[in-house]
Amino acid sequence: MKVEQLSVFLENKAGRLAEVAKILGDNGINIRALSLADTTDFGILRLIVNDNEKAKEVLKDERFTVKITEVIAVEVDDRPGGLASILLPLSEEGINVEYMYAFVEKSKNKAVLVFKFDDLDKAIEVLRKNNVKILTNEEIKQL
Amino acid sequence: MPIFEPEFECMPVDELKILQLYRLKKVLRIVYENVKPYRKKMDERGIKPDDIKSLENIKYLPFTTKDDFRENYPYGLFAVPMEKIVRIHSSSGTTGKPTVVGYTKRDLETWSTLTARVLSAGGVTSRDVVHIAFGYGLFTGGFGLHYGAEKIGASVIPVSSGQTKRQIMIMKDYGSTALVCTPSYALHIAEVMKEMGVDKSELKLKYGLFGAEPWTESMRREIETRLGIEATDNYGLSEVMGPGVSYECLEAKSGLHIAEDHFLVEVIDPETEEQLPEGEWGELVITTLTKEALPLIRYRTRDITKIYREKCSCGRTLIKMAKPSGRTDDMIIVRGVNIFPSQVEEALLEISGVSPHYVIVVDRKDHLDELEVWVEAEDAIFFDSMRKQKEMIDKITEHLTQALGVKTIVKLVEPKTLERSMGKAKRVVDRRDFLKNYEKS
Repeated sequence: MKVEQLSVFLENKAGRLAEVAKILGDNGINIRALSLADTTDFGILRLIVNDNEKAKEVLKDERFTVKITEVIAVEVDDRPGGLASILLPLSEEGINVEYMYAFVEKSKNKAVLVFKFDDLDKAIEVLRKNNVKILTNEEIKQL
Repeated sequence: MPIFEPEFECMPVDELKILQLYRLKKVLRIVYENVKPYRKKMDERGIKPDDIKSLENIKYLPFTTKDDFRENYPYGLFAVPMEKIVRIHSSSGTTGKPTVVGYTKRDLETWSTLTARVLSAGGVTSRDVVHIAFGYGLFTGGFGLHYGAEKIGASVIPVSSGQTKRQIMIMKDYGSTALVCTPSYALHIAEVMKEMGVDKSELKLKYGLFGAEPWTESMRREIETRLGIEATDNYGLSEVMGPGVSYECLEAKSGLHIAEDHFLVEVIDPETEEQLPEGEWGELVITTLTKEALPLIRYRTRDITKIYREKCSCGRTLIKMAKPSGRTDDMIIVRGVNIFPSQVEEALLEISGVSPHYVIVVDRKDHLDELEVWVEAEDAIFFDSMRKQKEMIDKITEHLTQALGVKTIVKLVEPKTLERSMGKAKRVVDRRDFLKNYEKS
């Protein structure tokens, strides 16, 4: 069960992130979570929003390079050791994390972790075996 | 300053013209008989070599362009069998077809004589130690001037390009008196000398002979002051021969004398292709008069200049050309290497299967040209994973550096950046200062 996220190419200069945020805001798109990976020259912005298709369209209209990519979102209790309990079985299976980011759900005292693994399908299998709750696109939009 | 071949370089103009016509008729017969593409072009126009009865008649002959080299790649324009060829040079570039040129034994002899003229005109004698910091290899710069310097009887140091600190050590220890390289590299040497704390008084340099790229009078003054030398310009292009086509004399340092006994020159309007009178700016067109392996008829150099005849204080009667002030095509010269935007396009296409928008940005930092290629981060080369993204940039960088023959810095940019700063069609942004000269002329 993979979820979709938006990946946006950004130059590493002032105001770029703000512009993306403004375009999304102006179009009534709500950002659920985001992370920014950067180098001295450029950055890759990854976003989970409530309407991927629309977000992609409005950003494309403003001439951004945007891709919809797949990641896995899991829900864990917001407590010490929560992340480790997810990662240990995966590393035992030789699955690597390419990147990850996390946010806390306001209402449920749960944390949502978003992962990109080198092998997504195998990761899902391992997570299921360990009874980790994997979120669907619908679920994540409703958070 | 001694003149290497006064019998030709100072020949009365009317005699020179008789010599040119004699040689022109001969070369036309040779290409008509031995080079199929020329025969075909002349037949299409219904011209036989014997129809050309005066130098003015040359305007009836078809032009030769870089496309002719491509279409007849690699040896199709050669006028002699391969067994007569003793040397091959070519343009850089692994994408697109390079320009291949060949030389017979006699061509090399002619070439050495012509670069000997260049060096003599720039002050070099048999007592000099000539430091050649042009690249040796397929590029014609190094080898071309090398043999001319030997011909004069000078002591030649074939140091080639790169490793500037070592070059300075060699100049200091071996007592180089004449420096041969690109003008920007000369300035770079001055810069590195400063860093190393080497003063010009520790060197024995007297003369600098610079070429392979455009440069300005202010660069000349800067080089002369910082290195304590007299600097002259020389011009040539590999298709025609390499360095040795035209050269400044130390006496005037103004205008480059064209070796008219070997090259017949015209200036044309690049649009109408009509010949222009002397003194008017246009595209330089060269016909080789003595080359055996690869004679060229009305070769369009794409360099913009003017030709003019004046009484020169050095005594040479050869017609002069002004420093080229620009190009009629989109070629740029970076560190002495010719680069066409189409090469970048082809290289990008090869890597990603798509051709993203790009802009070539050339700048000069510490007197060395820097080549950046800004590539639009379009879908096919944009990755969500940082590792893959960096791998892609490295791949593009490596490929472009290979293809262009010059170290290239690749920057991935947002589509908007290219549109905003460059406009749609612009492929090249040149920030080097000699451009200011271009605009004036």
